[in-house]
Amino acid sequence: MLTVKKTNGTGKKPVKAPKISAAAALNAENPTSGVMPAQDLRVENNDHAPVVRRRDFIHIATISFAGVGAAAVAMPLVSQMSASADVLALASIEVDVAAIQPGQSIKTSWRKQPVFIRNLTAAEIEMANKVDVGSLRDPQTLAERTKPGKENWLITLGVCTHLGCVPLGAAAGEVKGEFGGYFCPCHGSHYDTAARIRKGPAPTNLVVPEFAFISDTVVKIG
Amino acid sequence: MSFPWAQEYKPQGTVSKWVDERLPLPRLVFNSLGAGYPVPRNLNYFWNFGVLAGFALVIQIVTGIVLAMHYYASVDGAFNSVEHIMRDVNAGWFLRYAHMNGASFFFIVVYIHIFRGLFYGSYKAPREMIWLLGVTIFLLMMATAFMGYVLPWGQMSFWGAQVITGFFSAIPLVGEPLRQLLLGGFAPDQAALNRFFSLHYLMPFVIAGVIILHIWALHIPGSSNPTGVSIKGEQDTVPFHPYYTAKDGFGLGVFLIFFVAVTFFAPNMLGHPDNYIPANPLSTPAHIVPEWYFLPFYAILKAFTVDFGIPFTGIIIVEAKLMGVLAMFGSILLLFFLPWLDTSPVRSGHYRPLFRKFFWYGLIPSLVVLTYCGGKPPYTEWVVLSQIAAAYYFAHFLIILPLVSRIERPLPLPNSITEAVTGKPLEIAAA
Amino acid sequence: MVRLVAFFIGLFFSGMLLVGLGDTVIQAIQEPAQPTAEHEFHEMPLAVSFAHDGPFGKFDRGQLQRGLKVYSEVCAACHSLNLVAFRDFAALGYNEEQVKALAKGWKTEVPSINPETGEAASRPAIPADKIPSPFANETAARAANNNALPPDLSLITKARGDGPAYVYSLLMGYRDQAGYKNEEGQELLKEFPEAATPASLHFNPWFANLNIAMANPIAGDDQVTYDDGTKATKAQMAKDVSAFLTWTAEPKMENRKSAGWAALGFLIIFTVLAWMSYQTIWADKKH
Repeated sequence: MLTVKKTNGTGKKPVKAPKISAAAALNAENPTSGVMPAQDLRVENNDHAPVVRRRDFIHIATISFAGVGAAAVAMPLVSQMSASADVLALASIEVDVAAIQPGQSIKTSWRKQPVFIRNLTAAEIEMANKVDVGSLRDPQTLAERTKPGKENWLITLGVCTHLGCVPLGAAAGEVKGEFGGYFCPCHGSHYDTAARIRKGPAPTNLVVPEFAFISDTVVKIG
Repeated sequence: MSFPWAQEYKPQGTVSKWVDERLPLPRLVFNSLGAGYPVPRNLNYFWNFGVLAGFALVIQIVTGIVLAMHYYASVDGAFNSVEHIMRDVNAGWFLRYAHMNGASFFFIVVYIHIFRGLFYGSYKAPREMIWLLGVTIFLLMMATAFMGYVLPWGQMSFWGAQVITGFFSAIPLVGEPLRQLLLGGFAPDQAALNRFFSLHYLMPFVIAGVIILHIWALHIPGSSNPTGVSIKGEQDTVPFHPYYTAKDGFGLGVFLIFFVAVTFFAPNMLGHPDNYIPANPLSTPAHIVPEWYFLPFYAILKAFTVDFGIPFTGIIIVEAKLMGVLAMFGSILLLFFLPWLDTSPVRSGHYRPLFRKFFWYGLIPSLVVLTYCGGKPPYTEWVVLSQIAAAYYFAHFLIILPLVSRIERPLPLPNSITEAVTGKPLEIAAA
Repeated sequence: MVRLVAFFIGLFFSGMLLVGLGDTVIQAIQEPAQPTAEHEFHEMPLAVSFAHDGPFGKFDRGQLQRGLKVYSEVCAACHSLNLVAFRDFAALGYNEEQVKALAKGWKTEVPSINPETGEAASRPAIPADKIPSPFANETAARAANNNALPPDLSLITKARGDGPAYVYSLLMGYRDQAGYKNEEGQELLKEFPEAATPASLHFNPWFANLNIAMANPIAGDDQVTYDDGTKATKAQMAKDVSAFLTWTAEPKMENRKSAGWAALGFLIIFTVLAWMSYQTIWADKKH
């Protein structure tokens, strides 16, 4: 407002008029008078409580819409990270276990994780059933971890429940630990013949994935 | 900020005060994009395109980063990894199409931004540095877009890489070794693809850095305006926020409507079908064309058909191929000298009757013709047209503009922005 | 100085272009470009419409299933579809069991290794597998096809201009070359005697160079028997397989269009609001 001149060339203008227009100009044009637009647009009613005017509502609606839009766009940006369709398609596998003799086990891969499929011997089953379930860290019976009539087929993830190493004991000649099941060399967890945690830092038994026998010798995992 | 009436940042509350004393970042934003930046009150919609270009870069960076989570830069796997994104990755088709068309829309808004600068004389003093940085951004964008187009490793990707690196082989003596250095081999292959991916990921951040310099340089003199008349006082300006944030918000909505319409309903409209064929180093597509935003430059390249030499002696000084390459790069590099070629003190084309005629009836048609001819096969009619248009293009910037600046009689300028807007002289309007 | 240098550079470039212009014109007059058979006789794709055309178009599931049948019984003998997995067929309206059966019953098996000996072997496909290629590799494909490589069809409708119509036209476009005339009434072999189709190729004016290595794959009606009782005319089969190949190239088309409408609707409301907001803020400001 520095350029406003009190006098003008002709001097015809009434004295009052410039004052009014200058005041109007102050409100409308001088940005410093309002500081922030949000306050600028707010009026007070008789109770001195701020009321939202219709024009405020438009700004709020616009900004909210922009916010919703940004959130909607963020969804695909995040969901692209979750498993893609080809990964999910491999979420179940079928394994033919006919060739596994009692006492043997195989390692296979399910969801890119090792799975141990073990054909337990009668002695191993007996050893597992002898244990007092109440004394276990993660109490479960062998029957709860296998399918009825197929108690000799112990199918577990080969991922130690402590910090995710692959325990030994599935391949021939590997250390089976103090309880004849699996032994994790990373931090010394011992699992028994039902793959239950018996000693060492692991908090729970080796995980039994969802599985079902779709024929006598073919098992579907996942 | 060079305007004494610019609002000062006043931190509200103790936390913002604490931050402001230690790292005045909110103050910086307030002064550059907030209420602390006074902007001419008379900007038209062409002034929206700077902000839109910035937004387009954000779209490219965001979609690009997530695409890089799924893409692999291998000559055997690149094409299939893109199709994996299109088919199996959650919302992958959206991300890929948005990135692909985002590049086109980035160029659309940047071209409009450049033409706005050309018409309104935004490159003139005291804004030369903004213009130089802008041309630099444009060059970086072109390099980035080219390398990005190579990544899907389709037929056009491969042959585009082959042809564009072939430009360098036109340089005498060092050309062929230079090409091999760029490609890491004799033809585009694994080494080239990997380095293009690396640089394609890096360059947008370099662009973002130069954009910060571009905006910094802008804030020294402030924005120009359609009259080209400098700001005389506070009544000529409004604070950027809320006036131009609101206007840019509306502009952004319109831009996104166009972007969404193309991305979702005609996503391959601006692309070339041959890039859905995996790269085959043994077979060239019948008709190689670059992406549409390179077509004018491609037309200039192809327009040079005769060697330069001494007539009737058979001595050749510059071969047609080298001249085409030089002219193509020259057609962009000459923009760096524009502030010193156009010496008219009047900025805006509105007040320059002769300049305006050459702009609308010369420069724009010649670029339209070049774009059109660039995508056509080398038949006589298209070659002739692009030769005329290219000749005009160079003449426009290098001969006509300097001459027009001398002989033109500009129209009378308004005394101030406010006068131009309100039709009243400055003093009355202000009062 | 800048302007002086620029003036001469401009003069040089523009001058060379005008010299080139003269040169181009002289050449065009002295040795005008000869018309070629491809240029005069290559046809643009026929007009054909599909349920999935346009911004509201959706795939006709029945048509896609018929197209799959044509592909599997006719095209799959030579053409691979290696970007499509059996599991993707769920989108054609098949349930899990049907997809499994399709995979298991596919004529070509998936290459694998004998778990006992490690020798090359093959096994029936499972839903997670991509459609197995009819040939082990490019050399085998060329050897079986007179040195022509049958292209993969996954993206064929996006890799050709006006793709679905192109595929349809190509399948419908086999003609007898003797006496063939284009719309202007020119007879091909009279105008271009040297354009006669070589013995190993087949004449098709909808193919870029008029001579295609593929023999007419859909020779007549009832080459396949549709499960839904649709009469398998030649045009019906060509159209169905074009629709199917549109789906293989763009399986997410329906998601894309519906998401597009949602985004557009949202943006239009946003833009109207933003415009009102803009007008309100500028209401007291002449500009």
